[in-house]
Order: sequence, then C-alpha cells, then structure tokens
Amino acid sequence: MTTLLKEPKAKKLGLKERYAHLTRGLGWETTYQPMSKVFPFADYEGIKIHDWDAWEDPFRLTMDAYWKYQAEKERKLYAVIDSFAQNNGQMNITDARYINAIKIFLTGVSPLEYMAHRGYAQVGRHFVGAGPRVACQMQAIDELRHAQTQIHTISHYNKFFDGLHDSRHMHDRVWYLSVPKSFFDDAASAGPFEFLTAISFSFEYVLTNLLFVPFMSGAAFNGDMATVTFGFSAQSDESRHMTLGLEIIKFMLEQDEGNVPIVQKWIDKWFWRGYRLLTIVAMMMDYMLPKRVMSWAEAWEMYFEEAGGALFKDLARYGIREPKYADVARKEKGRLSHEAWCTFYNYTHAAAFHTWVPKEEELAWLSEKYPDTFDKLYRPRFEYWQKQQEAGKRFYNNSLPQLCTVCQVPMLFTEPDDPTKICFRRAEHKGETYHFCSDGCCDIFKDEPEKYIQSWLPVHQIFQGNCGGATIPDVLAWYHLNNGVDNLDYQGSPDQQLWDAWMKDRGKAGG
Amino acid sequence: MSLEIKTTAIQQRRQTFANVARRLGADRPASRYEESMYDLQPEVNFHYRPTWAPEYELFDKSRTAITMEDWYAPRDPRQLYYGAYTIARSRMMEATEKNFAFVEKRQLLAAIAPAWAEIVRLYLLPLRHYEWGANMNNSQITAIGYGAAITQATQFITMDRLGIAQIISRVGLVMDGNAGDSLAAAKRAWMDDPVWQGVRRMVEDSLVLTDWFELLVAQNLSMDGMLYPLVYGRFDAGGQAHGAQGLSMLTEFMVDWQDDNAKWVDAVIKRVAAENDANRQLLSGWYAAWATRAQEALRPLADHVLGCDGVTALAEIRQALDARARKIGLLV
Repeated sequence: MTTLLKEPKAKKLGLKERYAHLTRGLGWETTYQPMSKVFPFADYEGIKIHDWDAWEDPFRLTMDAYWKYQAEKERKLYAVIDSFAQNNGQMNITDARYINAIKIFLTGVSPLEYMAHRGYAQVGRHFVGAGPRVACQMQAIDELRHAQTQIHTISHYNKFFDGLHDSRHMHDRVWYLSVPKSFFDDAASAGPFEFLTAISFSFEYVLTNLLFVPFMSGAAFNGDMATVTFGFSAQSDESRHMTLGLEIIKFMLEQDEGNVPIVQKWIDKWFWRGYRLLTIVAMMMDYMLPKRVMSWAEAWEMYFEEAGGALFKDLARYGIREPKYADVARKEKGRLSHEAWCTFYNYTHAAAFHTWVPKEEELAWLSEKYPDTFDKLYRPRFEYWQKQQEAGKRFYNNSLPQLCTVCQVPMLFTEPDDPTKICFRRAEHKGETYHFCSDGCCDIFKDEPEKYIQSWLPVHQIFQGNCGGATIPDVLAWYHLNNGVDNLDYQGSPDQQLWDAWMKDRGKAGG
Repeated sequence: MSLEIKTTAIQQRRQTFANVARRLGADRPASRYEESMYDLQPEVNFHYRPTWAPEYELFDKSRTAITMEDWYAPRDPRQLYYGAYTIARSRMMEATEKNFAFVEKRQLLAAIAPAWAEIVRLYLLPLRHYEWGANMNNSQITAIGYGAAITQATQFITMDRLGIAQIISRVGLVMDGNAGDSLAAAKRAWMDDPVWQGVRRMVEDSLVLTDWFELLVAQNLSMDGMLYPLVYGRFDAGGQAHGAQGLSMLTEFMVDWQDDNAKWVDAVIKRVAAENDANRQLLSGWYAAWATRAQEALRPLADHVLGCDGVTALAEIRQALDARARKIGLLV
C-alpha cells in the first residue's frame, strides 16, 4: 500500500539530539536579575561547577513520553488495586503478622517519599543547569507518585488492620519514627548538592536494594499482591533515580578536584546515616516476615559488600574510597536485627505495631542464618521471654530509652568488637554533653554540631512535657495510638483475633 | 432480569484513614484524591532549620503574607492526584501527537504565508523560555509552598510547563526541518530582540520573588492570564488569514491546558480571598500589579504581530481578565 501523501524530507533526529533541542536550550543567562540572585544556592556548599553543559542526561525523557509511560503504569496499578480490594486480597497474605511490616512502611517510609518530592522540587528549581534540573523535577513528581500510590495501595489494609490509621500524624511524633523523619529532615535542610549526594546517591543508588526492595520482596513472598504490584510499577522510576544518583556524583567529581573531599565527607556521613536507618529494615527482614526472603546479613553481603564494593572500586579513579565505618557495619551484620527486635519487643507497648517471640521454626531459621551469633547471644533471651509470657508475665520496659543525638535510634547497638557491651560515645558542645550510638554518629555531630543540637529528640520532648503528658497512656493518646489495640504483643491483639476468625471461617463448609 | 453473584461480606473496621475522617467529619469512604492529598506535608516537630533559609522551618507558614486557618481548604476542583493527572495529560498528548502527525504529513506549516511564518517564529518560539520560567516558578512554589493541596497541583503545573516548552520546541523543529536553527534564533530573540525584553525582564523579576503566593498569582493568574489569550487566542486568530490553520492544531494543547489550569487557579485564589480581608487586599494588589506589568510588557509583541490592533487586543484581554478576577472575589 502506498500513502497518498509524500512524507516531507526532514533531517532525522537521534534521541540525544532531539532531547537536547527540546530541553537543554531552555535555560538562559539572566541579565535583568543577576544569576547569583536567581540561583542563590549554587555555591554555598563549596562545590564548584565550571560547565553545567557537561552534564550527561542519564535518561532522555521528554514530557510526552513521561505522561504516556506513567499513565500506562497507573492504569495497570489501579486496576490491580481495585481487584485486590474487590476480591478481599488481604485474606490471602501468609499471616496477619506480616501486616506489621506494612505498618512500618506506611508510617516510616511513605512520608519520606513525600519529603523526597519536596526536596527534589527545591533542587529542580535551584540547580543552574537545565539538564540536571529536569532530571530532578521528574524525580520530584515521581516521588509524589510513590507517596500517593503507597497510600492508595495500603488504604485497603487500613480498613481491616490496626496501626495504619494515622500514619502522617504518627510520623511527626512517635519516638521510633523520628529516626526516618530526622534522616530526611537532615537531607532536606542541606544544600542542593548534599541533598543529591544523600538521597540520589547514598539512599537511592547505594542503599535502595536494602530498603525499598526488601519490603517489596517481602510483599511478594507473603502474598501481598497489592504492595508487590506497586513495587513492580515503581521499579522503572527507581532505576531512573539510581542512575541520577550515580551521574550527580560523577558530575561533581569530574567538575573540580576540590569537590572530591567534600563529596567524600558527604558519602561517609550519608552512608552511616542511611545504614542506621536500615536497622528497622534488618529487623523487618529477619523477624517480621512470616515467609522470609533472605536474612539481613545475606542482603548486606550481596547488596552492600559485593555491589557496593564494586561501585567504590569504580569510583577510586576519582579519589573516592569506601565509606568510613563500612567495616563497623560489616561487624554488626550478625547482630543488628536481633538487637533491634529485642529492643522493640521491650517497648512494643509504645509502638504502633506488634512484636512477638519468634516461633520454634523461626528460631531455627535464625540459628541457621546466624550460626556465629544467634544461639549464643539471642536465642536464650527469646526462650526466657517465651517462658515469662507463658506464665502470664509478658515483659514491657516502662522506662524511656536514651537516644542517639544523631540517628535517634535508642542506644541499643553494641561495641564493634564486643557484642555484649552497649556502645556509648559522647561529645561536649558549648558546655552540654551529647550522646551517640557509634563513632559514625559522633563524627557527624562533631562536623556540624549547630545542626544536630536542634534535633527534636522524642524522649527529651516527653520529659520536657511536650508530648501530651507524663504517663505512657498520655503520650500514646498524643501519638493517636489506640492503647491496647495498635500496640502490645501480637498474641491477643485484635489483629490476631480477626485473622484467626477469618482463617477459621475459611475452613467451614457452606455458607 | 438481573444477575447476582454471591460474595462473602467481610466486616470493615474503618472506612478511611483517621486524618481524612477528621476532615470529612465522619469515618466514611473517601476519594483517592482525599486520601492521598490531605495532611501529606509535615507541619510540626521539624528537626533542623534549612541551611539555605535558617530563618524558616523546612515548611513554614510565614513564607507568604497570606494567612489561612487551614491550608487544605483551597482544594483542586479537578481532584487531581498523580494517577489522575498523568492519565489526563497522556490523553491530551495523544491528541497532540495525532495533530503533529497530521500536520507533518500534509506539510501544513509550509502552507503558512512566508511573512506570517516569520512572525510566528518571532512570537511563538521564544515562548519556550517563558514556559521554562513558569516551570521554575511553579517548582519554587512546590518547594517552599505550604500544604500538599496547593503544592501537589503546582508540581503538576511544573511538569506541564516543561511539556508545553517542548511542544513549542517541536513546532520549531517542524518549521526548520529538524535543524534546530529556529530554536537558536528564538533564543537570540528572547535575549536581544526589543519586542521580547519587557517580557523577559518581567519573567526574571518573577524568578526572584520571595513570597510564594505572590509568585502563584503573578505567574499563574496575571502573566498567563494576559499572555495565553493574546498568543493562543488573538495571534492564532490573526494567522487564520495567512494559512496558519495547521499551527492551531499544534498549539491546541495550550488552549485546552489553560482552560483546565484556570479552573484550579481560580478555585484556589477564590478560596484564599474568601478567607479574610487581608488576603483579599494582598491578592488584589498582586493581581493588579502583575497584570498591568504583563499588559505593558506584551505591548511591543502585540504591536508587532497585530499592528494597530495590538493595543486594543491587550485592553480587551485585560478587561476579560479583570472580570475573571472580580468573579473570584478580587477587588478590581
């Protein structure tokens, strides 16, 4: 068949060239207002950029294609979410204990997606080059997508399970949620280059396989079709974000030699900050998934020690080395999840999710995955707690824990070379003493003490009377945490009762 | 006859999230817009002051002189959240793609009278930079504005403006056979041609505004409110006598987009003006100052394209815009 009309002869444009025409030329050197006023945050961090045009666009995505691809993904995702709800997909998960991982995700992670959205909007406005600015703007809207689709995905679970009902309110108040909140506030309050090093590089590129992926794999393994569909749908966004992370680091390093020590300092800081945030993921992977994907130690070896090792070898040509204290993380990998779960087991009366003593086969799995540490250091605790619980004496620690001033995790970590001794570090600043969980956090404080003395430390705030009152029930009410429902052991919780009733009903014949 | 599939009824413990129920006044089923928009932005217990603006919290109500009891009151009548937004825009873009294919196949831009084609190059193509300024301004509002109700909508506008800048750029590429020289010439005009300098100065001045709500009014009501009807209305109409029908197909996206966006702009400003008299005064002042500014800045361009009708066209557009502003409660 021939067409009736002859196609006009136009020069064929390659993707790169087309993208350059459609995007790169949009910016201009302002003259009616000085560039320094239009872009006031371009150099206060000390990063020198000589040629913004040297930026290599990692994904040459124009808005026409963006709308098209993203709309296709959204149509599919919402179709699955609707069908999940219609078919009561919540009844097909492995066990209601699994929902506690989702509670941590919605209260701890989704609010960070939102913060990323706003942070990238800031950088998307204030970077001088059009190329990186467009990349940041696309990530800004992607992150809004993630926050919103996560809420929509988890909305259905909220209709049946407890602890998901007021995630935004909790995120800004509940003690353990100040760990993720302070992490992102730290990044968002930094300059544009540090923000990108923190979030695009350390968080998205180096650590995303240890944060986002374990939750999504956990969903896949535990019959959570809704969340895993979200995960698949976000995958192509995430790979774009990871690419941006690597590009921005290379760009800074290539632009000026003087940038290298600044970038290295940020990599050290944000590696440690991110790693401490992952404590809760480690615990989720080893304790909260009824059907486990892999152990924390295995994930750390695969995604940080191997993949990260190769990355830092690659960056060595720029003069970048492995993050400081990566060796400490290596030493902690056999203890991290256990120390965290034991702490939450103690304080679960003040948490918006349930904890429990692992079942016998779960203890066996932990022994197998952690042959050097579990039987020796942690199994005896669980056996003791189990006995106490059977005797009707479930233990709750009614004191308030001391928090690290930087990462805000309770002081639960042990000395790098002694797993039986809690690690304490301290520093003086203007006559006050500050406490830290590690050398990593202590270093971060010493580098920017004026920043970290501002920390909104939940335990301090409770003692200062800023959290609803002096008793635990007062504070829980202030958190909007339903005492006796959202908190305490899984055994006997309304979640458990509901789940058991569903499962019993499923066994019955006839209507 | 109707079919009835039997399903098991499962008792729900709650209908929606608690924060949404508080806003709706009852625990009843909420829309996707409501669940994913309300209270999304943190408001309290920030840990550190931004190093780039230590006088403020990360999100701070005092970054604008406008005051609101509840920053979630100015909602989006279109109820757009990310999914609804991308699906809506992909539909618009699909139509635009068809139009581009149609125009390119029939070489409709070659049918424009040569003298008018020169005029089109001068009035339309430099607007890609105007759109880029609008993109920056809306990204700025998204970054430092208050409340997800407004800032999520401005995030959408941010991307819309980039998309529009790219559609304009594609028109240039169709006109110059993908050589890109029309875009280079357009940038020179934006930088140096006297007809554009008032507009560029206005855009650059908007880039350094510190009150984000003033920026919202200046860009999305006053400047756009003058420019869009002039360019995509009057100039486009002027082209019909010079064979520019094909061009209208390529810029139809902008006409549809402005209609859609104005629904949001008007609803937000109307609600904020109704909040208190101080707001109304501020908004009215900002509107008038920037509309007058835009009217003056666009004068050389209007004169160049429309000749002696330019000044009247601007006056009529201003009159219509004033009527729109009055309708949403501004004192004009």
